[in-house]
Amino acid sequence: MMDLSSISPILLLASIMAASTPILLAAIGELVVERAGVLNLGVEGMMITGAICGFAIAVNTGSPALGFLVAALGGAGLSLLFALLTQVALANQVASGLALTLFGLGLSALLGQGYVGIKPPPTPRLDIPVLGDIPFLGPVLFSHDLMVYLALALVTAVWAGLKYSRAGLVLRAVGENHDAAHALGYKVVRVRVLAIAFGGACAGLGGAYLSLVRVPQWTEGMTAGAGWIALALVVFASWKAGRVLLGAWLFGGVSVLQLNLQAAGVALPVEYLSMSPYLITILVLVIMSADRSRAPASLARIFHASQ
Amino acid sequence: MEKRPQPSRRWLYLSPLLAVVVTMLAGGALFAALGKNPVEAIATIFWEPLFGEFAFYYRPQLLVKGAPLVLIAIGLSLGFRAGVWNIGAEGQYIIGALAGAGVGLAFFPLDAWFIFPLMVIAGALGGLAWGMIPGLLKLRFGTNEILVSLMLVYVAEKLLAAMALGPMKNPEGMGFPGSRNLQQYPSAHNADLIADTGMHWGVVAALIAVIFAYILLGRHVLGYQIRLTGQAPRAARFAGVNPARLALFCLGISGALAGLAGMFEVSGPAGQVSIDFNVGYGFTAIIVAFLGRLHPFGIALAGLLMALTYIGGEIAQSNLGLPSAAIQMFQGMLLFFLLAVDLLTNYRLRLTPRPETA
Amino acid sequence: MTAPLLAISGLTKAYPGVVANDSVSFEIAGGEVHALLGENGAGKSTLVKMIYGLVKPDSGTMTLHGAPFAPGEPRAARAAGVAMVFQHFSLFDALSVAENIALGMESPPPLRDLSRRIRDVSETYGLPLDPHRTVGALSAGERQRVEILRCLLQNPRLLIMDEPTSVLTPQEVTILFQTLRKLAAEGVSILYISHKLEEIRALCDRATILRQGRNVATCNPRETTAREMAQLMVGASLDVTARPARQLGATALDITGLSLASPNRFGTALKNLHFTLAEGEILGIGGVAGNGQDELLAALSGELRSAPGAIRLKGRPVGALGPAPRRRLGLLTAPEERLGHAAAPDMSLTENALMTGAEREKLLARGFIRWPAAQDFAERIITRFDVRTPGPGTAARALSGGNLQKFVIGREVLQRPEVLVVNQPTWGVDAAAAVAIRQALLDLAADGAAILCISQDLDELMEIADRFGALNEGRLSDIRPTHALTLQEIGLMMGGAHGMEVAHA
Repeated sequence: MMDLSSISPILLLASIMAASTPILLAAIGELVVERAGVLNLGVEGMMITGAICGFAIAVNTGSPALGFLVAALGGAGLSLLFALLTQVALANQVASGLALTLFGLGLSALLGQGYVGIKPPPTPRLDIPVLGDIPFLGPVLFSHDLMVYLALALVTAVWAGLKYSRAGLVLRAVGENHDAAHALGYKVVRVRVLAIAFGGACAGLGGAYLSLVRVPQWTEGMTAGAGWIALALVVFASWKAGRVLLGAWLFGGVSVLQLNLQAAGVALPVEYLSMSPYLITILVLVIMSADRSRAPASLARIFHASQ
Repeated sequence: MEKRPQPSRRWLYLSPLLAVVVTMLAGGALFAALGKNPVEAIATIFWEPLFGEFAFYYRPQLLVKGAPLVLIAIGLSLGFRAGVWNIGAEGQYIIGALAGAGVGLAFFPLDAWFIFPLMVIAGALGGLAWGMIPGLLKLRFGTNEILVSLMLVYVAEKLLAAMALGPMKNPEGMGFPGSRNLQQYPSAHNADLIADTGMHWGVVAALIAVIFAYILLGRHVLGYQIRLTGQAPRAARFAGVNPARLALFCLGISGALAGLAGMFEVSGPAGQVSIDFNVGYGFTAIIVAFLGRLHPFGIALAGLLMALTYIGGEIAQSNLGLPSAAIQMFQGMLLFFLLAVDLLTNYRLRLTPRPETA
Repeated sequence: MTAPLLAISGLTKAYPGVVANDSVSFEIAGGEVHALLGENGAGKSTLVKMIYGLVKPDSGTMTLHGAPFAPGEPRAARAAGVAMVFQHFSLFDALSVAENIALGMESPPPLRDLSRRIRDVSETYGLPLDPHRTVGALSAGERQRVEILRCLLQNPRLLIMDEPTSVLTPQEVTILFQTLRKLAAEGVSILYISHKLEEIRALCDRATILRQGRNVATCNPRETTAREMAQLMVGASLDVTARPARQLGATALDITGLSLASPNRFGTALKNLHFTLAEGEILGIGGVAGNGQDELLAALSGELRSAPGAIRLKGRPVGALGPAPRRRLGLLTAPEERLGHAAAPDMSLTENALMTGAEREKLLARGFIRWPAAQDFAERIITRFDVRTPGPGTAARALSGGNLQKFVIGREVLQRPEVLVVNQPTWGVDAAAAVAIRQALLDLAADGAAILCISQDLDELMEIADRFGALNEGRLSDIRPTHALTLQEIGLMMGGAHGMEVAHA
């Protein structure tokens, strides 16, 4: 029988914060990449590579922090392959992104051979004194691990950086009209490679958050489409940083809710409930796609400085 | 580096071969890093299945594994040429299998000639419908077909699990997940047309698809419109192409072909609807399509090559203890190198770079 | 005149297969307005890109203020006091005016201070601009002002202007010239690139003429006739178009109340257009770029659909038909953008011939392509229009601008249209090809076809059109016979100075 009263609103909201972190990290990275005019469909591959890199390092060193660091490096490293293909070899971005995902899935499966079934060292929660003791708000907002706050800080930094900093202006300019940016003397390729690497690092962090905190263990293909949902999130957010946060909470909410409903024994087979994040993603895409006007004008166009 | 005035014909054909060679080298290095003898590993993958001691067993497998890859990749290639990115073939493959098997199971245990043809039609329609979803959403709301088709893969996988555990579960299966085995139901069995050759109806369908695609792309105005839309979408609209309808056509036909592949698989080599029925053909077919240069004959060859790596990979797994993930990565690498060497088709590399590389 | 500000000596730049600049030398004095004159493809763009640091010369030297000058990138050139206004604006549609200007500066002040400075400078030079507006929403003239302001805010010593008047109405040109003269009087040197001879005669102190990458002459444009300069520019006397007598027939095309939203975010909607076009007539539609020209062509080609009765071809409503059925009925079009719109760059000429020729040339048999017939059609275009190419198997992008344009226009002309609509038929085309294309249009009209020629080249329209109208913010002016029009009147039809009167009132 179904027992909805077993769902605690406090725990639900608190776990939304945590559940949204992986896609939030991946999406904010991809947002920067797309604002620079590059479409990297390899988020899933970079995420899962980050997941195994972070997991392996954390298990071997016992330090989740080191794990996250290496996960970021792993994601960035993989993304540089994409950068090489699209910015140097001028390959099609869609195909290259797909290649990155396929390659990343294979690579992670290979790296993860010896890590199936192991438990990672726990990532400590920051039980913030005083704030954490506030009823309701305390457990919801102030008793998470550092990565949750880091993700939020990253969103803020990206938002402010794009809006107010010189580097952000140049990045937007490159994404808007790469020929004009080139004519003004900006290094289009360099800006894009940096953006791609940043996106890769973020995706790697997101993946590691899955394997080290959310799940926490390593299984092949464990990202299960989270990278693709992150891509959808960028469209949902109309390429705006603040709305990525909103979207991530929405998706986090849906996935937490369906897990809770599963646990509560809703009379629907588990398989149907677990479809919901993907169906919601499609639904959201349908609603948001009416307004494509905000997409960076040079998105996915190949830049080659001729003459 | 400078752009060639025309794409180089020579490199168009040479670059896939070069990519394969480079992948073999890099793969060898990878296998060496895993502590295997690289020459032996490469030989096991590419030589054993064709000319080894047990080649009589492996050669038919080449067709069994190659047929779904070619069938799916032909459909994908039409879309890719038009700039329509259906990457959810895996889902369409699953739905095709479910629809086909569903029809077969519904008639069980009736013995009639029309059951298998009905299953073929159901499989194609199932894949078509699943492929049309991203198409219709794109047409109506402008949603991105890449993301929608991909999301539908996960939905299809969940549906497959639900079916294998629920409505399609074998009532005589003693509680194990999975449907009845269609191989034991002659009216629904996609058996080898000539015993032990691997030559089942799916292979025939793949051959027909290759020839059909070749004629479509080379001779028919629809194929011309597909190519035009992919290369110059604005020019295509100017020429009178309706891009939305064309995208719908591409998604529909690639869905139908993927659905057919799934249907032939479930009623033949796989035999039953099970949770782990899909093994990633829908994604590997993307590599096949590019490796084959989106050309029907190229895809046929690429499909066989990729089938070879599957079979060789299995042999290497059992003989040398090479992890199966290594083969997955090997395939991913192939697409990487292919995209990289593609540069040579459209650009000429200068050996003496000018001071300004811009 | 003072000592030279910029001295160029023996600049050479070669690209594979073509020498863009061959030992070019000239000097620009301080406070001088110096014209750089030449045909399309004469090497003007490459030369200024070298001065601006976008391209490195193979050999040769430059000195600025007597010191060696070899900018490695635009930043270095800007630091040395060289600023440039591009022909195809280097602007970012989705960003604001202030952000666009900040991007062109080395170390821009905070946005609020910058906005104030923009207002100050724009008032000083009579170039009114709101720093907070989104550039994509500006008119072509306003966009140019953004470019100019971006340069002026850096106190340049040398201002390079690449074909600045191609996007302006005659009135706006007058205002631009006032600004440039004022700058010159303040000691700024101006390198003024153009192929419009009368403008150069009105504005410039000296002119350097480029032909096929070499500087063939330097002259004082005020003392040289336009004809002499044209001869120096082209190197031979050009054919001029012959205008055969034409008989106007029945109404071929009737546009009634055509209104259409633009599919592009920064496009222009068409607002209630009315006009008719008779058999044998050439109607010229002028106007500054971005005032609805692309939308008008799309509405006529069938890429955009309208109410059926808004467009009537020989009395038959065709507004709701797509491009293919319109072609079948005899309404043919040739868009402005050659690569990617009128032609597919990577496809062969045969395949490009098939693109619009399928219907009328019967290149299809039950959906199957008759390749031999398509190739034959392509070969006919190549022969009849003197398209210089190895053959019909060549990719479109391998052709020069002029040759590809001859192919595109020829493809439509050879299909014997009832009505032909062309947009910018000679844009970016060398002089000889331009003459050939205009002649083809005149001949076609003489054979009884009705032609609508959309162009930003007023000289061209005056040369071939019987009647003239102008598009301004998606509206069409009255249509009047060309022979009685003055430049002043044309300018007013194009919308005058687009809100500039405020500044000069």
